[in-house]
Amino acid sequence: MSGVDALHRDEIPPGTLYLLILRTLARSGEMHGYEIASSIQQISNDVLQIEEGSLYPALQRMLIKGWVTAKWGTTAGNRRARYYQLTAAGRKQLDVEMSQFERVIGAITRVIEAV
Amino acid sequence: MDWLRELARRLSMLIHRRQFDADLEQEMRLHLELRREEQLQSGMTADDARAAARRRFGNATYLKEESHLAWGWEWFENVAQDIRHGLRMLRKSPGFTAVAILTIALGIGATTAIFSVVNATLLRALPYPQAEQLVSIEADFPGVGARDVGMSEPEWQDLQHSGILEYVSPTWFDENNLTGSSQPAHVRILLVAPNYFALLGVKPQLGRAFHPEDHSPGLLEEVVISDGLWKRAFGSDPHILDKSVRLDTDLYRIVGVMPPGFDAPGRTAEERNIEVWAATSFYGTPLPDNPPRNRRFLPTAVARLKPGLSTAEAQNRVDALVASLQKQFAGDYPLQSAWSVRLVPLQERVVGNVRQSLILLLGAVAMVLLIASVNVANLLLARASARGREMALRQALGAGRRRLITQLLTESVFLSLLGGIVGLVVLLCTKQYLLRLLPESFPRLTNISISWSVLLFALVSSLVTGAIFGLAPALHAGRVDLTHALKEGGRGSTGSGEQARTRRMLVITEFALSVVLMISAGLLLRSFWDLLNVRLGFSPQNVIAVRTRLPAPNFPENDVYATAAQETPFLREVLRRGRTLPGVQEVAIGDTASVPLDRSLRELKVISEGQFLLAFEGRDFQCDQPAAVERSSVTPNYFHLLGIPLLRGRFLSESDDDKAPQVAVINEGFARTYWPNQDALGRRFKRNRADSPWVTVVGVIANARTESLAQAEVPQIYLSLYQSESRRLAIFLRGHLDAAAIPEQVREQVQAVDPTLPISGSQTLDETVSASLTERRFSMEMVASFALTALLLAGLGIYGVISYMVSERTHEIGIRIALGADRRSILRMVLRQGLGLAIVGAAVGLVGALVVSHFMAGLLFSVRPTDPLTFACVALLLIGVAVLACYIPARRAIRVDPLVALRHE
Repeated sequence: MSGVDALHRDEIPPGTLYLLILRTLARSGEMHGYEIASSIQQISNDVLQIEEGSLYPALQRMLIKGWVTAKWGTTAGNRRARYYQLTAAGRKQLDVEMSQFERVIGAITRVIEAV
Repeated sequence: MDWLRELARRLSMLIHRRQFDADLEQEMRLHLELRREEQLQSGMTADDARAAARRRFGNATYLKEESHLAWGWEWFENVAQDIRHGLRMLRKSPGFTAVAILTIALGIGATTAIFSVVNATLLRALPYPQAEQLVSIEADFPGVGARDVGMSEPEWQDLQHSGILEYVSPTWFDENNLTGSSQPAHVRILLVAPNYFALLGVKPQLGRAFHPEDHSPGLLEEVVISDGLWKRAFGSDPHILDKSVRLDTDLYRIVGVMPPGFDAPGRTAEERNIEVWAATSFYGTPLPDNPPRNRRFLPTAVARLKPGLSTAEAQNRVDALVASLQKQFAGDYPLQSAWSVRLVPLQERVVGNVRQSLILLLGAVAMVLLIASVNVANLLLARASARGREMALRQALGAGRRRLITQLLTESVFLSLLGGIVGLVVLLCTKQYLLRLLPESFPRLTNISISWSVLLFALVSSLVTGAIFGLAPALHAGRVDLTHALKEGGRGSTGSGEQARTRRMLVITEFALSVVLMISAGLLLRSFWDLLNVRLGFSPQNVIAVRTRLPAPNFPENDVYATAAQETPFLREVLRRGRTLPGVQEVAIGDTASVPLDRSLRELKVISEGQFLLAFEGRDFQCDQPAAVERSSVTPNYFHLLGIPLLRGRFLSESDDDKAPQVAVINEGFARTYWPNQDALGRRFKRNRADSPWVTVVGVIANARTESLAQAEVPQIYLSLYQSESRRLAIFLRGHLDAAAIPEQVREQVQAVDPTLPISGSQTLDETVSASLTERRFSMEMVASFALTALLLAGLGIYGVISYMVSERTHEIGIRIALGADRRSILRMVLRQGLGLAIVGAAVGLVGALVVSHFMAGLLFSVRPTDPLTFACVALLLIGVAVLACYIPARRAIRVDPLVALRHE
């Protein structure tokens, strides 16, 4: 239990949730919410663990912005699930977020290395 | 365009928000289940798996709400919820709902009705293209107190070529005899410059207008007619163009028919309902060939400013032009007269007459609306205390203060909108009937409609009203003391002192506003009453005036009535024949100016002839007092027929004809103004023109209010009709007459003498006198009905407050009675409370009325704006109403059965 809790405390840097979702969707095309959450977790080797529910308000905001679209489909286990897919605007946004992220990370790295 | 797509997405969410919530729910459930299954596979117990899934997911309810809020429709859902809730509350108390909605409907409906009139007359531009560029030109001699003296032909040319004005057209209103159809008809004609229609920017529906640049001498031989005349006299003949008509025996060709609804811009109904337009450049036969600068025979003029020029700029340039003309033609513009030319926005000229009364009405109706909303505020306050428990409960459950205030405000605005809709529907249904209440002489009557701007006005005033009357209860609701309110349990009421104070304030406001309205109405009513009962100085009873008109052809050789000598035989013959008609005892003839109190004709006289400027023997006009007076021409019997007594000298006589020296009878007002403390008999005056003969005063008659009911002593001159050339005539008949048959009987007799003459405008003098009061009567009646409404509402308001107070104090009153209080003292206690409010309200109102009535001074007659009698009566009346309104609940109070009252708890 304590291991899980420790992982839990490695929260994602603020503002990167959109980036993570966009990147995940860009990689794998259509996904439903659970798949997105699991995918982020797996690829980060269980380091990045988001509060899974917070995906949903974020997805709503992305729907409003028109970065993603959603449609209902069925899962492998034959259950109804809402699948999200990147739009052209979403792809553009991904580039924006990526370059912004790299700029910030680069700057942080430079500061750390200067010490 | 991104924001547009975003809006579309948000809207589609709003429409499908139930589906949206269900989808989200399902999506989240799936997530939780999948996570739980995964945990199960990793070997957890079912309970642990579920708990872990939940922990990792977070607070589902919160997240769901967060997702929902992301779409930004929270406010809308709140409003929708409040309206639903409000509707439920309204349905639950139908009595309250009906009273509130009807009160608001009354207020909004009345206000909107008045606004639609104001909008059509004062606010909306005249129905001509770029109407803001149109002005009326008015010339004055302020130095000698003469206004609107008209313009001469050279002055018109100066203005036309000044570069300030695009077009200038003199307008000359006249009446004419249209012959050629079955019956000679009397038509209203406007003599204009050929550029008139180009100036207004209006095209005929058929044919063409005049050629604006035509500057040929004399009258053009073409006329444009109105849609009305085309339909009435020519049966909408589609081949009317190029047909000939005879106007005053002269031949004209019809070249155009104006569209329906086209009105000439004029001050009076006569001036607006023109039927024939004829064009001239105002020189050449029948007008003078070279009209001199000082003959101002062009009575009125309209003009269009050069594009891009404001009225003020144009006025500055006209002032400069006037100054230079005065220098150049010093002989024609004596310095003392201080000639000036004003550019008045045309709209101002058309509606100037009714502006003040309309603003008065708008003010009055706004007060009614205010009183109505105060009443509803009172009702809402009473209900708010009944709903105190509901509010407290919601607050206890976590509703914010702001949320509660919004909810109550939404409810009241919604209520107000409902009231506004009801008011508007009633207005639309009764529109035809309401329009008939307006005097016919009202300008721009046909423009009055429920237009978009009127609807917008109704909407905005509903919203504002709702916000105003909802504010007090809403603010109170926000301040509920929770523990207190919830503890009080079944009684529901908080009975807070603050709320009671607010309600008392509202009633005081209502009373104060009603007093202001009642006093305004009272003053108007007294003015009207005094006008009705003024001593006329002549007797209009049993007199009918019928009008006819002698033609004035353009060419003197066609004129059979060119001189007084030619006209006299006609007059004598009509008099003789008139006396033979059944029931007729006396007959007289005068020009139309002699018809007592006929406002339309008086305006017409001023419009078409300007004022009659006098010069007195032995005095110099230039440095003398202004002498612009009212004059009429009459046959000798006129004075006896109207019962105006002779004071000195003699009446006119049958021998005062064209061969005898010119004589006049004057009234006492004239004698006193121009020959104070002297004997007027034998004095001489003349029209202020070189070629006019001297006129000798032969008699002085008593003053009669034939010019104006409001003025006792208007200087007047009566010339002998046998010595003046008047073409517009009124035949006066006194006796026991059949008003319906008279016009036909007179027509027969007149046409037996000259078959080309038309008969028009038959009216009893009583009707004429009454018609002269139409506009006053209208504003008086409207303000009075608003005041009565206000009184009723104020009465209801105080009744509501006092009965509420009584029901609240039932318990206390029960105890008092049980303890042996005298029932009379209870009655006194309740009455005192109500009367206190009424007296404070009345006192505040009296002060307000002093301010308001001051602005009404111009509308009053013979009463001062501070008339103590009116003030006292209104105050007493209002207090009487208050006593009555309080007495009913007070009686209920003394009937309180102490047993029931105490068990009530």
